[in-house]
Amino acid sequence: MRQQMPKQDPAVRRTNFDEVALGFTAEQALAEAKRCLNCKKPLCVQGCPVEIDIPQFITLLVAGKPDQALAKIKEKNSLPAICGRVCPQENQCEKQCVLGRKGEPVAIGALERYCADWGRANQAVESTGDPAGAVKEKVAVVGSGPAGLTAAADLALMGYQVTLFESLHAPGGVLRYGIPEFRLPKAIVDYEVGNLTKLGVEIKTNVLVGQTVTIDELFALGYEAVFIGTGAGLPYFLQIPGENLNGVYSANEFLTRVNLMKAYLFPEYDTPIRIGKRVAVVGAGNVAMDAARTALRLGAETVSIVYRRSRAEMPARREEIENAEEEGVVFRLLTNPVRLEGDERGNLTTMVCQKMALGEPDASGRRRPVPIPGSEEELPVDTVIVAVGQGPNPILLQATTGLALNKRGYIEVDPETMMTSIPGVFAGGDIVTGAATVIAAMGAGKKAARAIDRYLAAKKEAGK
Amino acid sequence: MKIIDKKQLAPEIVRFIVEAPQIAKKAQPGHFIILRYKENGERIPLTIADYNREKGTITLVCQGIGKSTYEINRMEVGDSFLDLLGPLGKAYPIKKLGTVVCVAGGLGVAPLYPKAKALYEAGNRIISLIGAQRKELLIMTEEMAAISAEIHFSTDDGSFGHHGFITEPLRQVLAREKVDEVVAVGPVPMMASAVKVAREFNVPVVVSLNALMVDGTGMCGGCRVTVGGETKFCCVDGPTFDGAAVDFQELLMRQRYYQEQEKEAFYRCKLEEAGQE
Repeated sequence: MRQQMPKQDPAVRRTNFDEVALGFTAEQALAEAKRCLNCKKPLCVQGCPVEIDIPQFITLLVAGKPDQALAKIKEKNSLPAICGRVCPQENQCEKQCVLGRKGEPVAIGALERYCADWGRANQAVESTGDPAGAVKEKVAVVGSGPAGLTAAADLALMGYQVTLFESLHAPGGVLRYGIPEFRLPKAIVDYEVGNLTKLGVEIKTNVLVGQTVTIDELFALGYEAVFIGTGAGLPYFLQIPGENLNGVYSANEFLTRVNLMKAYLFPEYDTPIRIGKRVAVVGAGNVAMDAARTALRLGAETVSIVYRRSRAEMPARREEIENAEEEGVVFRLLTNPVRLEGDERGNLTTMVCQKMALGEPDASGRRRPVPIPGSEEELPVDTVIVAVGQGPNPILLQATTGLALNKRGYIEVDPETMMTSIPGVFAGGDIVTGAATVIAAMGAGKKAARAIDRYLAAKKEAGK
Repeated sequence: MKIIDKKQLAPEIVRFIVEAPQIAKKAQPGHFIILRYKENGERIPLTIADYNREKGTITLVCQGIGKSTYEINRMEVGDSFLDLLGPLGKAYPIKKLGTVVCVAGGLGVAPLYPKAKALYEAGNRIISLIGAQRKELLIMTEEMAAISAEIHFSTDDGSFGHHGFITEPLRQVLAREKVDEVVAVGPVPMMASAVKVAREFNVPVVVSLNALMVDGTGMCGGCRVTVGGETKFCCVDGPTFDGAAVDFQELLMRQRYYQEQEKEAFYRCKLEEAGQE
């Protein structure tokens, strides 16, 4: 039987920021690893965006060699402690697992996490590469989120001199500012970033490429190639009346105040946050769940998810929805905010919502929510957190002449070479695809690193 | 990020000259920076009040009105800010317009100065109107005088210059002669009044807004302001906007959202300071 990962009790965890899922014990990991059939043609690997040799690492785990299991994972994935926690395995490797056809798939994600955590606890040698090898060209990586971290690590392992540029004061991108401590402890992000510096990657924080330095200037500084992994960081709002009232946050702002600036420790930390008694989070993706669960931990009495479609269409991982429900988050489904109202001081008081029904499928294949006439209702609220997605940040895109964008405003790349319209400039992750998952961005970073290697090798060859 | 010069301009208003060659190289009028002065500190936006590309320095002017700014003002020459990000925001486009009236209230002189100086260097005739609560809070008057064809002052208490708000001298100037643009920077109520007066005379008016923000790069959306009926982000779309289109009432309310927390933090900070003495 599939092992269940122990978790903090919901009543306790909703009052603290400690990690919710506690990880397998050694016994659990062994028992779970033994479930793997070690298929000759492993489908799980096909489901992994970074092609980890899953049966191999599990076999090593069964053999009692967690160090080697971790090394096997790290051949393909430079951030296993992070992926083991935040990857949607149920849609990837575990979805393909043969055991899942009749029963429950192997808990691959939990095993990956186990190996990574074992490595962190036991100071295993982390690097599988040869940073002392031939020193190749200088490559600039812009953005230190999952795509940038992966591209930087892979390029460093190939022997390139990598500089990673980050606009915030701490690296990690969404892993730092977006995903909360209780789902991804920041000590793990620090550890994984630390491994990167051990590989020889130079990290420069407080550099906003496009403003502090342009892409052209990076080439002038001697970088031979540039990878753009700036993500989808511009928050969308609902475009309804009252959205600029005090108490309305974008999920980005709310989570950044808490995760990056540690506003939950105010006044020990200087950045404030205000949380009312009644909080509504608009949207039902992973970011919405993170915001709702964070609001509970900040002391809100009631936290609702307000979503215009039904349960079946909620984009969040099932696990995160369950976690939120267990902690007491209320789900107001088929409910769409139409306007926000406030008092004379500009403070939010009410969210006026409309009930929805599901109509015919729309372009996304999901049934389109249709308003029910006369169904308006008032929801008293002190805080509203808007978590309806993000778009591309315009700064770098506007500052870079000749960079072709697609209709949605994201960077256009050759799907094979990951190169943009500017020779030597590559891009990957959310800034190309629009908001997606950590692992998809990592897959793109990995692919781009290989493409940059091919490009620079060919350039060198041509120059001879 | 090292402080190489510090000067007290007025009670609780300090001018820092900071080593920041990368930022100085790119700085233009209208740009700002975000700084963090210590590990658990806030990200504080401050306008670049001047810059020297050769020396690789930028000038920042900070008024100690809350815990963070109060503590920043206690940093000394040789200390370094922990983080300094910039230049941020859109540069204010400098054109030769003719006569430009530069109106500043309080600390607003600091963000106004680089714009006024660039306008002057572009061949505009500058009329400067500078207001403050009282005489000792009038800052950067010599710098402003050096680039102004005409300069007037006002104080709320009448301790120097015109007794009253700076919008009154503004009205006199606009009634007297043809002005091509008004640039107004200062507290929100002052900017709102200056815009009202400029509009009465149909003179274009530009303002520089200081909305609350976290990252300063378009990521959080905390600095949103309504301009011409549309939501704009002060950090990436501004901070300079057409004053006639700005919803100042909303801006003022949004600026006050954390007032209670700010008071609490400042109170604790002062208590700690008193405890150490």
